[in-house]
Amino acid sequence: MDDLTIVLLTLATLSGLGIILALILYFVAQKFNVVEDPRIDEVEELLPGANCGGCGYPGCRGFAEACVTTDNLDAFYCPVGGNDLMKTVANALGAEVSEKDPQVAVVKCQGSPEHRKEIREYDGPQSCAIAHSLFGGTTNCANGCLGLGECVEVCTFDAIHMNPETNLPEVVEDACTACGACIDACPRDIIELRNVGKKSRRIYVSCINTDKGAPAKKACDVACIGCGKCVKICPFDAITLENNLAYIDYEKCKLCRKCVTECPTNAIVELNFPPRKPKAEKPAEKKAPKTEDNAKKVIAADKTEESKPNTNQE
Amino acid sequence: MLKTFPKGGVHPAENKMAATAEIQSLPLPKQVVIPLAQHIGAPAQAVVKRGDVVKTGTLIAKAGGFVSANIHSSVSGKVKKIDNVLDSSGYKKPSVIIDVDGDEWEENIDRDPAVIKDLSKTPEEIKQKIMDGGIVGLGGATFPTHVKLSVPEGKTIDHIVINAVECEPYLTADHRVMLEKAHEIMIGTSLIMKATAVNKAIIGIENNKPDAIELLSKIAKEYQGIEIVALKVQYPQGGEKQLIKAVLDREVPSGGLPLDVGCVVQNVGTAIAVYEAVQKNKPLIERVVTVTGKSVKKPINLMVRIGTSANELIEAAGGLPEDTGKVVNGGPMMGKAVSDTDVPVTKGTSGILIFNQKESKRTKVYNCIRCARCTFVCPQGLEAFNLKNIAESNDWEKLENEHVMDCIECGSCSYTCPAGVPLLDYIRLGKSTVSQIIRSRKN
Repeated sequence: MDDLTIVLLTLATLSGLGIILALILYFVAQKFNVVEDPRIDEVEELLPGANCGGCGYPGCRGFAEACVTTDNLDAFYCPVGGNDLMKTVANALGAEVSEKDPQVAVVKCQGSPEHRKEIREYDGPQSCAIAHSLFGGTTNCANGCLGLGECVEVCTFDAIHMNPETNLPEVVEDACTACGACIDACPRDIIELRNVGKKSRRIYVSCINTDKGAPAKKACDVACIGCGKCVKICPFDAITLENNLAYIDYEKCKLCRKCVTECPTNAIVELNFPPRKPKAEKPAEKKAPKTEDNAKKVIAADKTEESKPNTNQE
Repeated sequence: MLKTFPKGGVHPAENKMAATAEIQSLPLPKQVVIPLAQHIGAPAQAVVKRGDVVKTGTLIAKAGGFVSANIHSSVSGKVKKIDNVLDSSGYKKPSVIIDVDGDEWEENIDRDPAVIKDLSKTPEEIKQKIMDGGIVGLGGATFPTHVKLSVPEGKTIDHIVINAVECEPYLTADHRVMLEKAHEIMIGTSLIMKATAVNKAIIGIENNKPDAIELLSKIAKEYQGIEIVALKVQYPQGGEKQLIKAVLDREVPSGGLPLDVGCVVQNVGTAIAVYEAVQKNKPLIERVVTVTGKSVKKPINLMVRIGTSANELIEAAGGLPEDTGKVVNGGPMMGKAVSDTDVPVTKGTSGILIFNQKESKRTKVYNCIRCARCTFVCPQGLEAFNLKNIAESNDWEKLENEHVMDCIECGSCSYTCPAGVPLLDYIRLGKSTVSQIIRSRKN
């Protein structure tokens, strides 16, 4: 065979093969064509792309698919984008969506070393889940924060930091999207999602200790001792007492702050309220400027961002 | 050549300081705290209330299900209250607190030390007595014995294996029991054999207890079908699966039980508890506990009523040494540091170990150097470093596929790791999560 024939034969074989395979591919593509709703891509474009899972779906694409296939968008909420985003999504899909109250994470423990004495040492792995499985903690409170910062590690939005002084996590309200990752990471269910509330004002019981009054108080100065005073004084029936622990329903709470002053152990925390007037009967909320002076009780979660360093990175 | 299990294992310094100390009875405490959850399975349900007068051996809590065990008062006196008390788990658990007053026993308990050799009871009677007596495995796992002896239909067993290995360093409780209650062990074993209709039993003893091997071999001739096997010293030979492999050369399949290879394993202490429950009507109200440690003045083995505070045991051993770093409930390999020395002795407390500050500290954690020692020493053939990494990244499905549930939590991997990586901590965490997932899948 001369050289030219070889070249021609090769060309012919390869082109023939190419054509045959192209035909096979064409028919396979026709046969197994996946028709995907183009709106899924549209909705996914609108979503933040954080893939945090805060909506309950596996990533933003999963959420987009679910939004497109549903009839009623009311049960869908992207905590990162909030109501504005959900409206845009609803517009894009030509559907309606009801507005939801935005939420934010709060840390329900004030057990800093000042309030809660350390009586044991822990030298095991720096993981809350492992420490939780081994013992009640380095203090006498077997419910409170272990201070190893697993919530900080899981936060995609850099919205929670350990305060090295209190050894408790603090939520950066502006950055928190209420995705719930820290809640899943916390083995003790200390973190809760609560409504942001009017002007970001919130009142909550910052304790989860279910021990009886005496041991709870002995373990931690600022523990809820289950005395029930707040339940009695609340004019709106917003507070319930269960297992020696008070809980304030944020749907019912009208932010009157009576319980805060009533609590004998300062376990109830008020956030972002103006300072109280001395001896004022009714708190003047209207014109008081927002200051940080009332931060006395605000340990667990405030807006200050000074506590960047994380004690647990080593 | 001595038998042992072929795969993995470590040999830590034995430190059996209390091996020559005879078992002493600890004087009655002023108060006992008896936790309602001191066995594997559902916690028992209290049947007494505040102010009730109880005798030694009175039932105070009924088994809370099939896999559960009765709990009896270990003292006579008055129930002070039922409250949450810190126990060796590190958490407060519901417990019955009894103020001790005298030492009056239930009438039906035979307190005569004479050995009763009569084996005329039917298997059903034996099992019923074991169940009534609240007998659980005394090796440390506290699995209810009556459940272990109920062989499910379709399974046949041909061997009872009595675990007298005591492979954990420091502990000597089983060793002393063998020297002091040899006949009771043999009769207890015979009763277990009768209850399960098996005519062969093997008692496996590690070779570091030559006196016990000699004594038991001598008296075993008086009893039918009981054989003593001396084993090479190797941790964790006291694990059921390792012991079966060592004495019978049978391998329990992954995810399986000793039942799958025709065996039931019982601890030597359990054999005595079975003897006492069946022949003497005595429920499980006391056990032998080793109190030891390098700085302990007087390492001892104590016969202790369940519910006695560990403080009293430590006092009996000469008090808490000044350089104490950790107090561990159980053996040094599998035991767990207690949060407080005022925790009660439970059915599973085989030892109270006192580590000095130097011993008790964990070493600094370095990066894994891929030496694979953890894989070499794993008696279950698992890759500890791999399991740890998977558990750390929360990939539970993969962890299950890597057979994390076969881990027996012996701690050989953490013990041997030259980089000080806390392998077992992560594996245990992964194991508990995976077992939850498996359970939720079944429901």
